[in-house]
Amino acid sequence: MTRRRLARAGYNTAAVLVLLATVFPIYWMVATGFKRGVDILSFEPKWLPIPGTLENYRTAIGKPYFLQDVVNSVVVVVATVLVSLALAFLAALAAARFRFRGRAALIVMLIVVQMVPLEALIIPIYLMLDGAGQTDRLAGIIVTYLTFVLPFSIWTLRGFIVNIPEELEEAAMVDGCTRAGAFRRILFPLVAPGLVATAVFSFIQVWNDYLIAYVLLRSPEKQTLGIWLASFTTNHGTQWGGVMAGSTLFAIPAVVFFLLVQRRVVTGLTAGAVKG
Amino acid sequence: MKPTVRPDPFGGELAPPRTPPTARPATDPAKRPPPAPRPGARARRLRPLVPYALLAPALLVLAAILGFPLYRLVSLSFQRYGLRELIAGKGTFIGLQNYRDILGDPFFWTVVARTVVFAAVCVGLTMALGTLVALLLRNLARPMRVLVTAGLVAAWAMPTLTAVSIWQWLFDFEFGIVNWLLTRLGVAGYEQHNWFDQPLQGFAVIVMVVVWAALPFVAITLHAGLTQVPAELEEAARVDGAGAFQVFRHITFPMLKPIFLILATLSTIWDFKVFTQIWVLLNQRPSRDYFLLGIWSYSESFGVTRYGKGAAIAVVMVVLLMVLTAFYVRQMLKAVGP
Repeated sequence: MTRRRLARAGYNTAAVLVLLATVFPIYWMVATGFKRGVDILSFEPKWLPIPGTLENYRTAIGKPYFLQDVVNSVVVVVATVLVSLALAFLAALAAARFRFRGRAALIVMLIVVQMVPLEALIIPIYLMLDGAGQTDRLAGIIVTYLTFVLPFSIWTLRGFIVNIPEELEEAAMVDGCTRAGAFRRILFPLVAPGLVATAVFSFIQVWNDYLIAYVLLRSPEKQTLGIWLASFTTNHGTQWGGVMAGSTLFAIPAVVFFLLVQRRVVTGLTAGAVKG
Repeated sequence: MKPTVRPDPFGGELAPPRTPPTARPATDPAKRPPPAPRPGARARRLRPLVPYALLAPALLVLAAILGFPLYRLVSLSFQRYGLRELIAGKGTFIGLQNYRDILGDPFFWTVVARTVVFAAVCVGLTMALGTLVALLLRNLARPMRVLVTAGLVAAWAMPTLTAVSIWQWLFDFEFGIVNWLLTRLGVAGYEQHNWFDQPLQGFAVIVMVVVWAALPFVAITLHAGLTQVPAELEEAARVDGAGAFQVFRHITFPMLKPIFLILATLSTIWDFKVFTQIWVLLNQRPSRDYFLLGIWSYSESFGVTRYGKGAAIAVVMVVLLMVLTAFYVRQMLKAVGP
């Protein structure tokens, strides 16, 4: 019995360590964001942000182009997600519900394409967009994001559609529904959660991007929030409060959306969807 | 692709029976107006085209934004493409010169070795620690388990950029809490210690950032897998005198092997092309000591405007990654089935 109790104590200690390692960095960010300057730049760390201040958030939001960059990020993310969702839904429907010549090749291509690191494609993409005069424009970056969001979305949506039994649509058609009607009345409502989940995956990927926006967007009024945050960080050694407040603000949308789909991520990623 | 045996759910079998042509009232063929196309006939003729029509928009876009850049990447790698060519909008074909340049450069082999070792260390640590945490989760009482899982999910949800600035702050040379802690613990020499002076220490911090962000996914997925392993099997092995490690080695691990393989390959893909973490941690000016393949390719192209050479490095990176992940692609194809 004592051995058992010892083991339990050991497990709990380990659990507390894991908890500290995962949560403390996040706590430290949030806490620093609410601390006064003197408490941040002190050689003896202050564990609690008391007395707190909103000064850092004011600094972060008041930084030039913050609001413009929020708008840019939202425009880019929403446009990318909507375009890719529409295109991916049609393609996924074909890949999941139809048998046709070239279907196997299509599926192989969808998998292989996701292995190509976008980091490698950024050079030709930059040169192409530069030739077309589309660097430093939101349209150019939206198109670029489609390169990785689209294959991934087709793949994920295909998985969702495959899991809906075809018999449901067949039954509807026996009852006199047209083919299009069966899609609209039966398949679409059932696949709607899948559409939402795919949209959220895409949202998180685009929101979290740094490299592409960094390469393609040069002028500060065109940049997205990620670049805004990273440029904040270059003021090394100063304004840690502002950086932490900015990081918190940047993380909030990603965290909220992530929590919505977290359960699906495990099954989604291991069952087929690839990039993270 | 073989024609399918399965009836097409939207095929003719289910459509209401159409009136056979003979049922039409016989009229004088000369006076008959030109036959109106029967409803459904056109649709039936077009039916095999439906999947292609559905695919067309996505495939066109993919060809333009993925296929063409891929082709451009390879063709660029055979060209001299610098500032002059950028302005002219046209590169000069130089055959394998770029590849000869990089393969003949000892720095190339340093970077390849560094990239491979970096990825191996990150993947190894992520997998090992992830496994330990997953096993730990299984041994915890429910409240503690929920708490630890919540912590893991929180870390998982952090965007890369946020994670990077958090760790930059933790390891700040002046007011960072890590230096404070080490000094407090009596480790000498960590007051005002700059972690990025020495690449080895710098990489230790980078590995920490990468593993911290990657571990939750591995731990939670493995824990989900562990709940599927029948407890009786492990119990039986224990009764037969197996130790904890032996149980894991001979019972648990073989059962979870597919999940392990997928997780390890995914981690390899992610850790092989790490860019943002290093770039932002080192304030967008990493020294050559911190170059991995991705960063080197980037800096050759956008730093010193040798796009041809940068493209050649990128091609090498893609090929290496393809080789490393060939296994995973095969697994996925098997899972999808013929």
